[in-house]
Amino acid sequence: MIPQFIVENSPALMVIVPLVAAFITPFIGRISSGIRSIWVGGAMAVTSAITLILAFDVYSAGTRLYVFGARAASAAIPPDSGGIPIRIIFEVDPMSALMLVITAISGFAIILYSLSSERSHTGLESYYTLFLLMITGILGMVSTGDIFNFFVFLEILSLASAGLIAYRIDGGVAVEAALKYFVLSTIGALAILVAIGIYYGEYNALNMAMIASRMQFSLLDQVALVLIIAALAMKCGAVPMHFWTPDAYSMAPSSITALLVVASQASLYGLFRIVFSLYSVTLNAVMVGWLIIILGVLSMVVGVTMAIPQKNVKRLMAYHAVSQTGYMLLGVGVGLAVLGNQPLLDAFGYLAMEGGIFHIINHAMYKGLLFLTAGAIFLRVGTYNLNKMGGLGHSMKWTMVFFIIGALAIAGIPPFNGFASKLMIYESVFMFNPVLAVIAMVVSILTLASFVKVFHSIFMGPKLPEFADVKEAPLAMLLGMGILALVVVLFGLFPGIVVENLITPAAHALVDQGAYISTVLGGA
Amino acid sequence: MDLTSTLITGAGSWNPLAWILGIVVAAIIAWLIYSVGEKGYKPGTAQTEPFISGNPEPEKGMVHVRSGNLYWGYLEALKGYYARLVPLHTGDLHDYVLWYLGITALFLVLVVISA
Amino acid sequence: MFWNLPLIAVVALTIIALATIVFKKNLIKVFLGIVILESAVNLFLISLGYREGGIAPIYTNAPSSAMVLPTPQALTLTSIVIGVATSALLLSFAIIIWKKYGSIDIEMIRRLKE
Repeated sequence: MIPQFIVENSPALMVIVPLVAAFITPFIGRISSGIRSIWVGGAMAVTSAITLILAFDVYSAGTRLYVFGARAASAAIPPDSGGIPIRIIFEVDPMSALMLVITAISGFAIILYSLSSERSHTGLESYYTLFLLMITGILGMVSTGDIFNFFVFLEILSLASAGLIAYRIDGGVAVEAALKYFVLSTIGALAILVAIGIYYGEYNALNMAMIASRMQFSLLDQVALVLIIAALAMKCGAVPMHFWTPDAYSMAPSSITALLVVASQASLYGLFRIVFSLYSVTLNAVMVGWLIIILGVLSMVVGVTMAIPQKNVKRLMAYHAVSQTGYMLLGVGVGLAVLGNQPLLDAFGYLAMEGGIFHIINHAMYKGLLFLTAGAIFLRVGTYNLNKMGGLGHSMKWTMVFFIIGALAIAGIPPFNGFASKLMIYESVFMFNPVLAVIAMVVSILTLASFVKVFHSIFMGPKLPEFADVKEAPLAMLLGMGILALVVVLFGLFPGIVVENLITPAAHALVDQGAYISTVLGGA
Repeated sequence: MDLTSTLITGAGSWNPLAWILGIVVAAIIAWLIYSVGEKGYKPGTAQTEPFISGNPEPEKGMVHVRSGNLYWGYLEALKGYYARLVPLHTGDLHDYVLWYLGITALFLVLVVISA
Repeated sequence: MFWNLPLIAVVALTIIALATIVFKKNLIKVFLGIVILESAVNLFLISLGYREGGIAPIYTNAPSSAMVLPTPQALTLTSIVIGVATSALLLSFAIIIWKKYGSIDIEMIRRLKE
C-alpha cells in the first residue's frame, strides 16, 4: 500500500520535505498566492503523513535507526572507525514517535488555520518559509540520535521561531519579545554547545547512545548535565526562567504561538532524553529528580497565579502554558527521583512518568486549540484586551464551543483529555509525596477559575453594541481548531487505549537506557 | 463498559464512557423535573421584565461585568503575595539573563555537591 | 602548563562575554557580548581537536594512515555559520527597535512586563 521506499526512508524524508519546501516557497509565491497556499498546505500534509507513517512503524515494529550516508541501518558503526558511530544517526524510539505524532497533528491543524488567518498580511513568503523551518527543527530535534545534530536543529528552531515572533512588528513590541526570546535562547544554545564539547573531549563521540554507554558521571559530566538541564528548562519556560514565555507567546501571531507550544515541548523532550537516555542511573537520581520536581512545582504555582490578574488573553494563556509545563516536569521528575529503585518505579514511578508524558501530548492539543481560538477572536474583534470584550458567544458560536472544550481540558474537567493525564499525575504523585499532589490539585482549581473568568469576559453577557457586526471565524480556521478539538475529545473519551498504545511504550523507552544504547551499538 | 476506554491510574481506574452515561442519566432526571414546571408566560406583561421590583433595564454595555472587575476579592486577599511576585517580571533583559545564569549556577552547586 | 592556555583563554573570554551581556545597557554591546561568547565556545571546540603529535586529516602526502579525526573542526564551522545567522537576526532586531522605540538602551526596551 505505502511504498516501501517511503517507509524505509521516512526519517530522512520527514526532515527533507519541509526543509526543501521551505526554501522553494518564496519562488512559488512569485507565481500567485493561491498556488503558494496549495504548495505549503500540501508540503505540510505530506510531512505530516510521512511523520505519522514513521510513528506508526515505530509503534508497531520497534525503535527505528536511520543512518545517514549508509545503505543500511546495520552500518551504524563503520568497520574502520574503531567502534565509534561517526555518521549522523536518527534514532526514533516510541518517545520520539510520540513527539512526532504531536508535531504532525498540530502542524497540520495550524497550517490549515494560518492559510486563512494570515491571508491579509504581507511578507507571507517568509512567514511560510520560517513556519516550515520550525517544523523541520522540531522534527529533527525529537528524532536525532546525535547530540551535535540536536544542537543544530535546536538552533534552526530558535532562529525560525524568533523570526516568526517578530513577524508582526506591531510598533516594535513584537520585535522586543523576539529579541528577549532570542538572546536567552542563544545563550542557552551556547551552553548546550559547551556541554557537547565536554562530551566530545571526554568520550570522543557525539552519538548519544555511544556517550551513554561510556558515561561515568565525572565532574565534567555533572557540569555538562547542569548546562543542558538549565538551558532546556529555560527553553521550555520553567519558572524562574519563564520571563520570555509570556512576552513571546503574547506577541507572536496566534498560529505561531500554537506552534511555539509544540517547540517548547520539543525542548522538554530534549531535557528528558538527556537525563534519562544519556545519564540514567549514573546520576544522583534523587537530587536531579527533586530539582526537576521543584522547577515543576514553581512553574505550576507561579504560572497560574500570574495568569489570574492578566488583562491580555494571550498573555494569560501563556502563563497557563508555563503552569501546565510544570505538570509535565512534576510527573517525569517523580519518575526520575525513583529511578534505579525498581519497586518504587513499578509502584508509581512509571505511572507518574506516563502521566507527565500523556500531559505533553494533551497540552500541545488543548493549548494549541486555545491559542487558535484567541487568534480567531482577535481576527474578528481586533483586541486581546479582556476588559474590552464581551457577548461574543452570540456571534461566534463555534469558536465558543472550541474554547469551552479547550478550557475544560486545561482545567482537568472530565471527560476531556486534561483530566485523564492529571488524574494519573495526582494519584501517582500522591504515593510519592502527598503535598505535591495537593499543590497540583489546587493549581488545577485556580486554572479553572482563571478560565471561567476568560470565558465570562469574552463570550458571556449581552451582545455589545460595538461588536454588533462580528461574524464567525472563517471555515479554514474552524477546521484547524476542529482537528485539535476532535483530538482533545477523543483522547478524553478513550484515555485507556491512548495510554496503552502511545504513552506506556514512550515511558518505558525513556527509562530503558540499555535498549536505547544497544539499538545503535548492537549486542557488542 | 468498553474496556479500551478504561484508564488505570495506579490507585484505581476511571472510565469516561461510564461517567458520560452517569451525566446522561442525571440530565434526563433534570429534564424530567424541569418538564413538570410552569409551561409558559404572558408576553407584554410585567412577567417579561428583567427586574420584578420594577427597576428599569440598564443599557446592554452596562450589564456585562468586565474581566477587570472579576476576582477582585481574590487579588485583594493575596495582595502581599502579588506585591512581591509581579514586580519580579520587570521586562528587563538583564534580569532575564541573570535569572537564567543564577539558576545554572545554583544547579551546578547542588548537583556537584550531591554527586 | 602551556597546553592549558587555550582553555584559560576560553574561561577569560566567557567571563568577559557574560559580564558584557549582563552589565552593558546598549543593545549593540550586549550583542557583542554574545558574539564574544560564541568565539569562546568555538575556541573551546577547536582546542579539543588538538592532539599532540597528530597528523592533519589531509590525504594528499599523508605520512601514515592514522590521522586526527576532524570532527571538532567540522563542529566549529557549523557553529560559526549558526553564529553568523544569529548575529544577523539580532542586529536586524536592533535596527527595528532603534527605528520604532528611538532607543536601544535595554532599560528602555521593556514595554512587555508583568
